[in-house]
Amino acid sequence: MDTFALLAQGFLVALEPINLLYALIGVTLGTAVGVLPGIGPALTVALLLPVTYKLDPAGSLIMFAGIYYGGMYGGSTTSILLNTPGESASIVTALEGNKMARKGRGGPALATAAIGSFVAGLIATIGLALIAPWIVKFALSFGPAEYFALMVLAFMTVSAAFGDSSLRGLTALFIGLALGLIGIDLQTGQARLAFGIPDLLDGIEVTTLAVALFAIGETLSIAATPSSGDERIEPVKGSVWMSREDWSRSWKPWLRGTAIGFPIGAMPAGGAEIGTFLSYSVEKQLTKKPEEFGQGAIEGVAGPEAANNASAAGTLVPLLTLGLPTTATAAIMLAGFQQFGLQPGPLLFTSNPQLVWGLIASLLVANLMLVVLNLPLIGLWVRLLSIPRHWLYAGILVFATLGTIGANPSAVELGILLAFGLLGYLLRRFDYPIAPVVVGLILGPLAEQQLRRALAISQGDLTVLVHSPISIILLTLAAAAVIVPLVMRARGQGKILSQLAGDED
Amino acid sequence: MIDKDPGARRRPDRAALVIAAALAGMGVLIAWSTHSMGGAGSYSRIGPTAFPYAIAAVFLILAVWTVFAALRNDFPEREPQKFGPVIWIVGGLAAQMLLLNIVGFSIATGLLFAATARGFGRGPLWLTIPIGIVLSFAVWFVFSKGLQLTLPAGPLERLI
Repeated sequence: MDTFALLAQGFLVALEPINLLYALIGVTLGTAVGVLPGIGPALTVALLLPVTYKLDPAGSLIMFAGIYYGGMYGGSTTSILLNTPGESASIVTALEGNKMARKGRGGPALATAAIGSFVAGLIATIGLALIAPWIVKFALSFGPAEYFALMVLAFMTVSAAFGDSSLRGLTALFIGLALGLIGIDLQTGQARLAFGIPDLLDGIEVTTLAVALFAIGETLSIAATPSSGDERIEPVKGSVWMSREDWSRSWKPWLRGTAIGFPIGAMPAGGAEIGTFLSYSVEKQLTKKPEEFGQGAIEGVAGPEAANNASAAGTLVPLLTLGLPTTATAAIMLAGFQQFGLQPGPLLFTSNPQLVWGLIASLLVANLMLVVLNLPLIGLWVRLLSIPRHWLYAGILVFATLGTIGANPSAVELGILLAFGLLGYLLRRFDYPIAPVVVGLILGPLAEQQLRRALAISQGDLTVLVHSPISIILLTLAAAAVIVPLVMRARGQGKILSQLAGDED
Repeated sequence: MIDKDPGARRRPDRAALVIAAALAGMGVLIAWSTHSMGGAGSYSRIGPTAFPYAIAAVFLILAVWTVFAALRNDFPEREPQKFGPVIWIVGGLAAQMLLLNIVGFSIATGLLFAATARGFGRGPLWLTIPIGIVLSFAVWFVFSKGLQLTLPAGPLERLI
């Protein structure tokens, strides 16, 4: 069957009334949580995962897709109305968007971000639908050795390639990999690193780790840092509608941003933020009014927002077709699949096409819902922004622990949550990235499984890892992802890399 | 964790040295735990012990690398921290953990709520604890009745 027939079938699933309801709940919750300051898409998704525990797989994933897009959407509202540089995905949006809001043009800034996100989400999701079957076809020829090489590449790009320091990126990754060892070894049934604690035999839950690192770590870090006091909410004055000039200055950046963001997100390289930075500098080059940049240029909001959303859709390409999460958000989504015993990858497309295509179709539905719902509701979201910090973070911790208690109401599990919360605080304090820890935890066991499978087939011969051209290319790229940044930093060109840093938060 | 004056910037970063020691400790712990698993891995070259040993080795390398980074002061400058709030929040989490299965979700989580608010400077506790308990009870009601999540019940929850 060709893609469009499959997508049409997907729409049949997505447009069932109950699934539409799930999508609606998803986008509303996603936006509401995502708009809260300090909560990025990854934490939004992690916090709301428990809400979907009791649903059936299709409904749960559809709600999840809505949460994902809604969270992205809410994040941009925060960064326009409240200059929150803590959140990396929206640093660029805040650059111009917050300036626009200060000049009383918050309405058009929100509108161009919203419509840009819609356009980008639409094009990128269609791109996902078109490109996925090809990758699936290609990936079906992958053996364990190729998968292992692919995962090594993902590890290296997520941890070492971007950011301030290869050392800290790699350390974060290996903390995640070590945590992934905990529990019963799938192939032999032996307990590893469990230290006799029964709760550890099942391993560390990805959601527990993500919630602890992002929610508790962030709360501790904010509470411990003397407040800067520069957190003013810009009121939305005047109309949210864009003028004719705004439209004509926005549509090209939307398309360019999409064209930049989607391929970057789709590559097995972490850091959705790279696209936003690239898009910003492209718009700065091409604009007819360079003097406005830095003062609130609408192109500087339209382009990066589109790039951000396009690359968010792009990260679903490796996630769905290869089972390869390249951001913390994608890692948590993978955990969302795993709670139903589903493993994303080429086989899921053949074994459960209704689910996959239903999910892709509901991304399109969620995208439409967001643009229809959010512009009129903007006043409500703004009110959420003005929740005082003490209530906000107290509430965040209530919901953070709620998810863990809901999954496993034991004191040990909460102890693990607290321990990782402290770990998250220390990681932030010493400027270690968080995303590699989460990706390492979920991808580590999968990589080990592929490696051992490959070596079992070859009867222990290590050269099987470099037998096919594909694995050689992937492993070479992985080595380059570590070595090139090291050389660049040694030559004093590290600034470029830290600008591209992706702390996917 | 060490707040130093700017003049001392050229000295080795002591906190980073502590991190290096912790990484080395992790490596040793993983290797020791894997070793004491015993007996396994004899029937195939890559058994359940290969990966842990590899990761343990990398931890030791990262520890050495971190020592060099500490000596060169490669870590970014850190802001001084207030530890009072951290203790309040960690205390709130610990209280919730210990009390959860005794007094139920609402009371335990209400204490967490109040302690966190206190960490951000909002008191007084006699006001915030009841607010927290009422809020947590509402959350308990929605999630355990509406979404069938199993949340531990205490005296309050048993009232309905």
